[in-house]
Amino acid sequence: MDRTERSPGVSWLNHRRMEAIAGYLFISPWIIGLLVFTLGPIVASFYFSLTHYQLVKPPVWAGLANYDRLIQDDLFWRAMKVTTIYVVVSVPLGLVLSFLVALLMNQDVKGIGFWRTLFYLPNLVPLVAGTMLWLWMFNPRFGLINGILERFGVEGPLWLQSQQWALPSLIIMNLWGVGGATLIYLAGLQGIPKDLYDAVSVDGGGAWARLITITIPQMTPVIFYNLILGLIAGFQVFAQPLIMTGGGPRYSTLFVVLYLYQNAFSNFRMGYASAIAWALFVVILVLTLITFRMSRYWVYYEGDIARR
Amino acid sequence: MQATTRTRSDFSRHISQKWWIYLLLTVFGALLTLPLFWLVSSSLKTEGQIFVVPPDWIPNPVRWSNYSDVFRRIPWGRGWLNSTIVTVMATLGQVVSASLVAFGFARLRFPGRDGLFMVLIATVMIPYHVTLIPSYVLFRELGWLDTFLPLIVPSWFGGSAFYIFLMRQFYMRLSFELDDAARVDGAGTWRIFTDVVLPQSKPVLGVVAIFSFLAHWTDFFGPFIYLNSTEKYTLPLMLRLFQSVESTEWAMLMAASLMTAIPCIVLYFVAQRYFIQGVVFTGLKG
Repeated sequence: MDRTERSPGVSWLNHRRMEAIAGYLFISPWIIGLLVFTLGPIVASFYFSLTHYQLVKPPVWAGLANYDRLIQDDLFWRAMKVTTIYVVVSVPLGLVLSFLVALLMNQDVKGIGFWRTLFYLPNLVPLVAGTMLWLWMFNPRFGLINGILERFGVEGPLWLQSQQWALPSLIIMNLWGVGGATLIYLAGLQGIPKDLYDAVSVDGGGAWARLITITIPQMTPVIFYNLILGLIAGFQVFAQPLIMTGGGPRYSTLFVVLYLYQNAFSNFRMGYASAIAWALFVVILVLTLITFRMSRYWVYYEGDIARR
Repeated sequence: MQATTRTRSDFSRHISQKWWIYLLLTVFGALLTLPLFWLVSSSLKTEGQIFVVPPDWIPNPVRWSNYSDVFRRIPWGRGWLNSTIVTVMATLGQVVSASLVAFGFARLRFPGRDGLFMVLIATVMIPYHVTLIPSYVLFRELGWLDTFLPLIVPSWFGGSAFYIFLMRQFYMRLSFELDDAARVDGAGTWRIFTDVVLPQSKPVLGVVAIFSFLAHWTDFFGPFIYLNSTEKYTLPLMLRLFQSVESTEWAMLMAASLMTAIPCIVLYFVAQRYFIQGVVFTGLKG
């Protein structure tokens, strides 16, 4: 009591300092993790990409040789193309489908809890287990898909064993997981204020008008969020082609991360694999930034109303 | 009596107006559950029934022993133990470290805090493959290859930055009044964390625990890169043991796949509330 009265400044300073020390202590696990498991490896990864490195011997400086080679590597460009096609087709398809399902889920119907659980169920199957299941579904002779097609008198394709159908097969499998994005949309739909809809009804607008003028604009932040998630996930696909096709047939499902893995862990070209990692990193970063930039033209935020 | 007839006519009006919704729900629902049906059905077939053209929908006879055969064919029990150890230890680390770090960011003031938080958000965007090779080299140098340590230790040092972000957002919304009251009573920062903030944070702790559990239980990439010996495999890796160049043992593979999914499905039904909450947190506050 006495001391505080005499020197309130010092005590206050002490208090601030104690709080700061406590703050650094609390976040210290993350700081260590950041340096050891994130920033350190990122810097090291860039360094490795400028070297020839086969793991058993120390890295040898190579300058831009790996990047030079990357530009001329047909397989790398093939992998880029496969990955891009996958993203360009599966992301919008998933966005639209999960949005439609979410609209359905948001209807006032009986037993909606049952339906929600049913639609989310595929997302509870671990990725590898689901991949094994679809490998079996797509089996050209004994699988369920061609079995059903046969009943309709259609001779199904070879799916994963066909150069033409392997990538579409992976896209179809990916759509099975729409439930995740659906649940995110659903949470968004339920957050739309009811009075917005009433205003449209008063103006004599029907369901279509409500969808176009209220629901979709209100949902753009959620659509944007799902788009970003989809983009980042799409460029990192690995387990599915590894397990189902090994990148074939004839490189038709050679995804970039799979190609990176093959270089790093089958051929032990760590330097070259790091260059691939960085190239892909830059692609993802640029696309994400462009998407963020574009978002201001179509994503609608609550605050916008106040500004107008 | 009258009440029931009215309800019935209400119900039939409901159906006649909304029949197309039920139709769409049924069609979509059937498409999505068909693979699951096929998973269960295949897991109960004999080797002979697996290879029937066109495929049978219902196994006859039902071969339950596929499930026990999985344990005989591969070290499946060992896989359960491995998966449990990795998942529990990693989830524990994730919850402990994320709640500590988030508390620092949300409730304490220190120079550079906001800048560091921006760094944290930026790291959420970093794809795992960029850090893959140096991390592998690091763990190799440490002699951690073919151990569970690469799968567990990073979780104790913040793990996925996204969970820290999630918890920090939650802590930010808690009022400071209880903190101040505790401080007047002479509580230090640590006491405020354990006795005031943590007890109020059960929902977000639950969400992080569940999502972290699922992420580690279903993780394929980490174990695939870092584990070599079969007896150290986690369940997702063990599934690949049924695949060989000549043939795949489909019935057992389907039984094993379904078993791998069961903890996730059970967790969903036990903690459905947290699940929905988690999706709301991650979807809208992200």
